[in-house]
Amino acid sequence: MTFSTIQALVLRNLFLYTRTPVRLVELLFWPLVDLLVWGYLTVFLQKHTGDSFPYQITFLIGSVILWDIIFRAQQGVALYFLEDVWSRNLLNVFSAPVTNADYLLSTYAIGLIRAAITSLMLAILSIVLYSFNVFELSWSLIPFVFNLLLFGWSLGMISTALIVRWGPAAETLAWAVPFFIQPFAAVYYPVASLPPAIQWIAQAIPCSYIFEGMREGLKTGTVSWSDLGMATGLNAVYLFLAGLLFVHVMKTAREKGLLTKFVSQ
Amino acid sequence: MSDPVLQVSNLVKKFGELTPVDGISFEIRKGEILGLLGANGAGKTTAINMILGIVTPTAGEIRVFGKDLTKERIAILRRMNFCSTYTQLPGNLRVWQNLLVFGKIYRVPKLKSRIDEVLEMLEISHLKDRVSGNLSAGESTRLNLCKALLNKPELLLLDEPTASLDPDIADKVRKVTRRIRDEEGASILYTSHNMRDVEEVCDRIIFMHQGKILFTGTAAETLEHFQEESLESLFIRVARGGEIEAKEAISE
Repeated sequence: MTFSTIQALVLRNLFLYTRTPVRLVELLFWPLVDLLVWGYLTVFLQKHTGDSFPYQITFLIGSVILWDIIFRAQQGVALYFLEDVWSRNLLNVFSAPVTNADYLLSTYAIGLIRAAITSLMLAILSIVLYSFNVFELSWSLIPFVFNLLLFGWSLGMISTALIVRWGPAAETLAWAVPFFIQPFAAVYYPVASLPPAIQWIAQAIPCSYIFEGMREGLKTGTVSWSDLGMATGLNAVYLFLAGLLFVHVMKTAREKGLLTKFVSQ
Repeated sequence: MSDPVLQVSNLVKKFGELTPVDGISFEIRKGEILGLLGANGAGKTTAINMILGIVTPTAGEIRVFGKDLTKERIAILRRMNFCSTYTQLPGNLRVWQNLLVFGKIYRVPKLKSRIDEVLEMLEISHLKDRVSGNLSAGESTRLNLCKALLNKPELLLLDEPTASLDPDIADKVRKVTRRIRDEEGASILYTSHNMRDVEEVCDRIIFMHQGKILFTGTAAETLEHFQEESLESLFIRVARGGEIEAKEAISE
């Protein structure tokens, strides 16, 4: 692992965003659409329910912001690989002295930057438009947000591994993988709302504990350490397994010549 | 005689039923330009991909600078580089940005002056601030070569560097290739379908067909062995004669 290599790979992506402003549309536009839709739905429900407005619905705006942290972190990792495929640069990168660790750490850094830009924009807009201040959730927000980032990175590694294994036709997985998880991840509704037969799926997903814990925090004003602990433990397992999967797939890709298929597509 | 920079022994690659590389052995010595010739599907690119560590061999051994590629891949890759007509540098970055990124990856000392040096060597200094995606095919190839020269590679792999170039630019690329060998002492593995390239640039050639080596020698030795007047006519004869020709040559 070399700092200058990681720095170079991060720099390459930053150059890409500064050189191609249209990519900011993906980073800013879609999250903004989500915020407006869910935000004004919340405002509408508030107006029509008055004092009986349930606290969970207030959290819809928070859910939009926090889900986007997972999504942007995942995209940071998965799109990073695809950028090299699209620009026919893949073999230049993989024939250079770049280790798996260099590659993954640079994708994490890009995921972090992407998530920070989008969530900061959404957080500021939600204060301005809806008077919803996600920072009111206090310092406990930091470990919760960090756990969302960890889960986003794991999903990103899994997405990239699947794309490498299944080839260029599987590119859409870069966008689809987080949404396979979302219905079970308790993002907008509690785990208890799911049919009992599939609640175990939610219990196996780290971010469901984060969303549950943050709803609880909003309701009681306390930090749910047990939810945070479960999320952290599960995230450690997911990161480890996703890393193993990535390394295994890269080894298989070298054995089967899969990386060269992205060049000749 | 100096130790070989690259030593390939009994290299095999199988993809299921296919065997694109079937037991080839060769070596490159310091400052030598070795041409890898063969029709499409002869196994040249698969061999190069194995030397780069992008494809793992099914059997055999690759030693670069005396080190085992499977065990010391990263240390070896720092001292070599690669340029192919089938790869490009990111088109949305400026020329200098692309070279800066790869220079950092290869840990090139005094990077900014080295970038200026390689741009000048390839006669594209005036394109330094241009967006890479807006370059012509010839300019783009020369940019790829700049990237490949950044770290002063001791072993350089050039995969069809003159494909799709006009004769003027192709001539410049050939001159630069010889200059890199003469001035920087690089050993070069050079694949091409352009026989003029091979005759002009390579010290020795390896003729491949269906994953095997038919013959290794200088251009003159190769022509004498096959009783042909030009590499081009030999190339066509082997490509069209196919298996019989290959079996005869290998059995010799």
